[in-house]
Amino acid sequence: MAKRSAPEVNAGSMADIAFLLLIFFLVTTTIEKDSGINRKLPPMEDSEEDVIIKQKNIFTVLINGKDQLLVEDDLMEVKDLRKAAMEFLDNNGDGSCNFCRGKKDPSSSDNPDKAIISLKNERETSYAAYISVQNELVGAYNELRNRRALEIGGSKGFPNMNFVEMQSNYKDARFTGNKTKLKEVIDQIKVEYPLKLSEVQ
Amino acid sequence: MSKFKKKKSGDLPAISTASLPDIVFMLLFFFMVATVMRENTLMIQNSLPVADQIEKLDKKNPISYIYAGKPSRGYEKFGTEARLQLNDKFADVNEITAFVNAERAALREELIPFLTISLKVDRDANMGIVGDIKQELRKVNALKINYTTGKGDALTNIN
Repeated sequence: MAKRSAPEVNAGSMADIAFLLLIFFLVTTTIEKDSGINRKLPPMEDSEEDVIIKQKNIFTVLINGKDQLLVEDDLMEVKDLRKAAMEFLDNNGDGSCNFCRGKKDPSSSDNPDKAIISLKNERETSYAAYISVQNELVGAYNELRNRRALEIGGSKGFPNMNFVEMQSNYKDARFTGNKTKLKEVIDQIKVEYPLKLSEVQ
Repeated sequence: MSKFKKKKSGDLPAISTASLPDIVFMLLFFFMVATVMRENTLMIQNSLPVADQIEKLDKKNPISYIYAGKPSRGYEKFGTEARLQLNDKFADVNEITAFVNAERAALREELIPFLTISLKVDRDANMGIVGDIKQELRKVNALKINYTTGKGDALTNIN
């Protein structure tokens, strides 16, 4: 008997099957957002001790129920907030901070370690406005830290790397540099410009 | 000269569709790889605000999600005010304690201090509910939070 060749399977409907699957995945896909502003909440404290903080070391930011921004009791636009916050943090009123470039205004904060930003909101404040303000305040800290990172990074072996890049490099498994040294630099900058941002109810 | 005479056939040659499955499969694989199945069915509106000073959530650490926003269409009976959603159902603010404890119980012990709570709050929600959530989280000592946002210019949030 002659060899019989196997009958050919019709592959014409393969595209249809693939399309079906494709459409299913297209419909179910949601690209998840997985980034945001990290914050740490203050722990519940039982102690009633009041820490006395000088009024000039506190930078009050209030967002009222109509989403208006009040900075130190003056109305301000959100776009001006970052600059104002940076001036406050970098003021260096008592001259103890040798890397600050502030105006040394005696009526503003003593040094970045003492300066506290207090963010208040009302119940009616919209979340979008709150996030914008948070973003600007974190941005102020990041800009100061970036500047400091560029100043000291070169001598520590990380030239032309700002603070945000240092942090992402530190987390990145593919980073080839010396991570222990990088961590030291990051920690030093964090101590020099500590993020003291209190969210009050 | 007849050698160079063009063959005249009136109809166009058929385009081969043999590679169509390949193209479709390519797209299919892309979407299969990029797809993350939603863990929770959202019953609330959840368009996140945008910000640019953001950090990526570390996937190595455990993350729990808390959603808040207005009930979406079909769930109007739950009101028009922003509500809280935990897992697959609407919840009250005081259920957060139980939620966080349940999330912690599911984790290995050494990971518990690294639990991050991701707050996915609708941009139109007001801060009242966010403040309540934060207060509850402080009570259960879940202090690492993340205001999850999209990427973009933060100044466009307010208009």
